[in-house]
Amino acid sequence: RQVSSAAAGGAFPKRVKVVEVGPRDGLQNEKNIVPTPVKISLINMLSETGLQVIEATSFVSPKWVPQMADHTEVMQGINKVPGISYPVLTPNLKGFQSAVAAGAREVSIFGAASELFTKKNINCSIEESLERFDEVMTAAKAASIPVRGYVSCVLGCPYEGKISPAKVAEVSKKMFSMGCYEISLGDTIGIGTPGSMKEMLTAVMKEVPVGALAVHCHDTYGQALANILVALQMGVSVVDASVAGLGGCPYAQGASGNVATEDLVYMLNGLGIHTGVDLQKLMDTGTFICNALNRRTNSKVSQASCRL
Amino acid sequence: MGTVPSALKHCLSHQHLLKEQLWISDPAAPPPAALHSGQESQASGLPEYIKIVEVGPRDGLQNEKVIVPTDIKIELINQLSKTGLPAIEVTSFVSSKWVPQMADHKEVMRGIERHPGVQYPVLTPNLQGFNSAIAAGATEVSVFGAASESFTKMNINCSVEESMIKFEEVAKSARNMNIPVRGYVSCALGCPYEGNVAPAKVAEVAKRLYSMGCYEISLGDTIGVGTPGSMKGMLQAVMKEIPVSALAVHCHDTYGQALANILTAIQMGVAVVDSSVAGLGGCPYAKGATGNVATEDVIYMLSGLGIHTGVNLYAVMEAGNFICTALNKKTNSKVAQASFNTGAI
Repeated sequence: RQVSSAAAGGAFPKRVKVVEVGPRDGLQNEKNIVPTPVKISLINMLSETGLQVIEATSFVSPKWVPQMADHTEVMQGINKVPGISYPVLTPNLKGFQSAVAAGAREVSIFGAASELFTKKNINCSIEESLERFDEVMTAAKAASIPVRGYVSCVLGCPYEGKISPAKVAEVSKKMFSMGCYEISLGDTIGIGTPGSMKEMLTAVMKEVPVGALAVHCHDTYGQALANILVALQMGVSVVDASVAGLGGCPYAQGASGNVATEDLVYMLNGLGIHTGVDLQKLMDTGTFICNALNRRTNSKVSQASCRL
Repeated sequence: MGTVPSALKHCLSHQHLLKEQLWISDPAAPPPAALHSGQESQASGLPEYIKIVEVGPRDGLQNEKVIVPTDIKIELINQLSKTGLPAIEVTSFVSSKWVPQMADHKEVMRGIERHPGVQYPVLTPNLQGFNSAIAAGATEVSVFGAASESFTKMNINCSVEESMIKFEEVAKSARNMNIPVRGYVSCALGCPYEGNVAPAKVAEVAKRLYSMGCYEISLGDTIGVGTPGSMKGMLQAVMKEIPVSALAVHCHDTYGQALANILTAIQMGVAVVDSSVAGLGGCPYAKGATGNVATEDVIYMLSGLGIHTGVNLYAVMEAGNFICTALNKKTNSKVAQASFNTGAI
């Protein structure tokens, strides 16, 4: 029986860029509203850990996402450490303009590989959603602001179920062609496994260079690190994660969501892959925000570090 | 993600999602895409079939604080026997002074249903335990070595070499009676006392157990500190001494690395994986931390890779639900957590 050289741990990337989404994706999916000063402290602490990218907030209407209502205050209140990027979500041109006015220098836009998910979320088709983003892209280009593109539901959709890798590749290609410098492929409901991750990436990598790809895995079914491992084996070198595994899953009450940054960094350290992140400082930050949220951490590394 | 949709209630039930994503079906009925998935796993260089060894009733319960009544243990094992699991570690013939949870080993061994095609190994630390086990009806036994001198000293108050001599006595008696013996090597990726453990030491201990007649060697990441990096290094060393078909991995999820470590192992050809229903069993070395990897989560991953296990995931989740209710605790299985909260199961 042959074991393919790639599978048996051939070349892993030497460095991985960890994109910290806790302050946005994490907090957005937490029940308790976090006061603005706590959000700012969280981001400032994260800025001390060696992380290079920290998603700070989301310029959406507070009617939809009350947790992110203080986006302007947060953006203006954080220490912007040189060398660290603080991207923010901008669902439309209005949000983009707000973001730039508040000092944002990088933005993200969210597409999806599922028509039904797009319809339920923002009441339009995928095509229409990308047309809306066109305005953002034009404005971003004019202002020399880099744009990161997210594709949701890449390994499954809570409404459609199975998602075809070809669809994911199609949406990724469109967003990349529009000018997104990086495409983050999101397993929104955490349902993917190394098998489906590999299949999806194979399709996407035909359309988008692997250097422009990131994976955003949810750990709802415990598969995140195994899925990330496969992505790394295929050459992906950008991974999204959330400190303390903040952020549950809106589709499965009580279930977990984002993969914990601590657990990811632990694995990457063990593989000898450079991240630049100080695990202890990261754990301390996780402890801080969990105390503030009055909740237990979702990071196993953090849990294990409490010894008798 | 974007906004939280108000149409949440229209999202698909967990059962629907699982059935679509993976061919989770009755072990009796072959999966609809069986041929395809076999080819898929083969094309990727992974084993077509993986044997899952269920250690919940022994390793799991042994590390749970609450003492479980005998009839509950028996019911758990009986439920597990109906899931398609090929091997279920039943109990441990150790002195009840050391391991109170396993004090009822004879009653459990005699009380369980024995399903054809299912193995029911038991732990036997020495010849006395072995004889007790045989008298109670055991037809397969396990012995536990370790790749760490300090761990062996702290656990059973002797050196690794002295422990091997004890196991040789068991192996000899077992051979005379045609009883298969499985060997465990603890601390394969790290020791709570010594820290790093040399892959060469793991290989040495594994080889010793294999040479004395153990048909299979289960390499245990006792404190779950391993990562795909250290798993690969350790397996490379061990595979120089023992054929990969005689190897199993027993990963703890204390640092969340278990599935990634298991994936690495199966990519290297390992085709036997130990796990514990509902992820039963905490870690005695890290208070409040988790221990064994959850069988449900392992099956979910293997199914998604097109690897056949013969195990019905839903049936395992039901057994997990049963024992967690009895223990009054939440499951450690993420698959079970996601399932019981979305829809009817």
